Amino acid sequence: MTPLDVDQLELEKQGILLSTVNRFYNWGRRSSIWPMAFGLACCAIEMMATGLSRYDLARFGAEMFRASPRQADLMIVAGTVTKKMAPQVVRLYNQMPEPRYVISMGNCATSGGPFRDGYNVLRGIDLLVPVDVYIPGCPPRPEALLHALMTLQAQIDAQKLGRMRWYGKAEAHDYAVPTFGAQGLEIDGQLIDPVGGLPLLSPLKGPNQGAARTGLIEHPQELRRFPIMDESVMLESPTQAAGIAPEIAANDLKRRNDAEVPRG
Amino acid sequence: MLKTQELQLNIGPQHPSTHGVFRLIATIDGETVIDLKPVFGYLHRNHEQIAEVSTYIQIMPFTDRLDYFNSMANNFGYALAVEKLAGIEVPQRANYIRVLMAELTRILNHAAAIGFMLNDMGAWQTPLAFGMREREKILDLFEMASGARMMCNYFRFGGIWRDLPPEFLPQLQGLMQGLPTFFDEFERLLKQNEILLGRSVDVGILPKEVAASYSVTGPMLRASGIAYDLRRADGYSVYPELDFDIPVGAVGDVYDRFLVRLAEMRESYRILQQVIERLPETTGGHINPAMASMNKQKSLRPPPGDAYGRVESPKGELGFYLVSDGSDTPYRYKVRAPSFINLTPLGDMCRGHTVADVVVILGSIDIVMGEVDR
Ligand code: SF4
Repeated sequence: MTPLDVDQLELEKQGILLSTVNRFYNWGRRSSIWPMAFGLACCAIEMMATGLSRYDLARFGAEMFRASPRQADLMIVAGTVTKKMAPQVVRLYNQMPEPRYVISMGNCATSGGPFRDGYNVLRGIDLLVPVDVYIPGCPPRPEALLHALMTLQAQIDAQKLGRMRWYGKAEAHDYAVPTFGAQGLEIDGQLIDPVGGLPLLSPLKGPNQGAARTGLIEHPQELRRFPIMDESVMLESPTQAAGIAPEIAANDLKRRNDAEVPRG
Repeated sequence: MLKTQELQLNIGPQHPSTHGVFRLIATIDGETVIDLKPVFGYLHRNHEQIAEVSTYIQIMPFTDRLDYFNSMANNFGYALAVEKLAGIEVPQRANYIRVLMAELTRILNHAAAIGFMLNDMGAWQTPLAFGMREREKILDLFEMASGARMMCNYFRFGGIWRDLPPEFLPQLQGLMQGLPTFFDEFERLLKQNEILLGRSVDVGILPKEVAASYSVTGPMLRASGIAYDLRRADGYSVYPELDFDIPVGAVGDVYDRFLVRLAEMRESYRILQQVIERLPETTGGHINPAMASMNKQKSLRPPPGDAYGRVESPKGELGFYLVSDGSDTPYRYKVRAPSFINLTPLGDMCRGHTVADVVVILGSIDIVMGEVDR
């Protein structure tokens, strides 16, 4: 009689567990994700709060905040990434051993958040490294970080050992570290995030992204341009741009007039 | 004599004990630090520039993100500056609630600051867990009042956003009952601890005169022996009506800073007791009726001129300097950040100590990079 014929419950009673290699392996990895102790700004305080008294990240096996990227599996990008800090973030990511995961915590890490208009703020860490889970919020509550961790665990559960890039023959590739050029952050001479205006590239089409990232998915060439931030557009007032659609401008004007109070 | 070679040691910007993204370039001789050069700007988020294209009330949530431990204290300073600029009165009840929030913030900040300092001494996470436990309870109250845990955005020009909900005071009473136990427990855990004494006594001494010449403020200055507290010196809001003491240190070392923070938590507790007692009899609503509607807040246009408003934030003097040209956005907006200015004597304090002490001294300053780099 082969083991498979026996009722699994019967075996478990005798202390024998049956599993597939995938499941066993993923179970081991999902239950001990070690994040990197890497705080950038306000969100890092909520990240620490998640690890401490009330929320206790240890319940999910992820309480071992490692100071060294060499020992970490997960980078929680918690806070505003500035253009000055961005090269270091990519370098830290490159130093982590595969398989590695990234959680983009908070609006700042995801898109620049409230500081998006700032000349020194990177508009989303996904321009530089691949992100597995995004958390909205400013700052996200600790519960949200716990949920993100559980989402990541579900993603790990679905991975197949045989199809993972890092067990294949392909060499691991480092992500390109941006440099600060004349107009903003550049990768290999290609402008990623200019100092004025918004990023010229969709996050899916950066030199680090798209084909280079998965080798499978093709994304359409798509440019993110917003009239209000375009360099060619002049601002008439701090709240109104010239050259926007007339209906929108009329609406804006009406709202402003309604709110108007006499000066002085 | 044996010749030794000087080494350059780079600490940060990603380092577990730099309290955010702060970088130090230390020149060391053996283990002794002979020079220290800080590198800033890894969290420069253009706060002041963004503020100059935002309306006055739009800046309020940005001040939350300056010193992200004490959003209420930041709101307080900014509200005072704008009220001075535009000549807005604040009713008594609103003032008392403001002080209540500011003092809760002080307890929260000092509990966490001591925890982080102990982290740097090697007591990884344990004292911090005590501090954070208390912080969570206070954050519950903030959430009840303002709707947000960390970024409260609770103050408005002329008062506060909403009056306290009815469940607030009973829960606060419950917290107040537990606080003395927490202070005692925290003190018993740390005050006589031999490792803490060994790592902090006579480490990083900042003499009175040096502290004053660097214009250091807050617990740092008081630990050096100067009893300067804006709550006394300026007497803003309703602080002149409240009875509290200003703890000062004797030597100005890391241990004194730790003791001053402990004592300040107890003083804040005393202030809270008085505020809770007087809150039911206060007059006036939670906001000046002339400023009560959101439209009034949004379209505020202070007359041309300038104003400087400051508060004693848990970290020191937090000041906001505003220049108005009569439009709905400030012409110039400047933050005097206590963390930044308290950080300037770091090199002086560290010279002659070992590298391990640098980390402890940095922890005792209690900096937040959001405020240093802005
Ligand atoms: S998302 Fe909000 S809380 Fe988080 S780092 Fe950015 S500003 Fe701070």
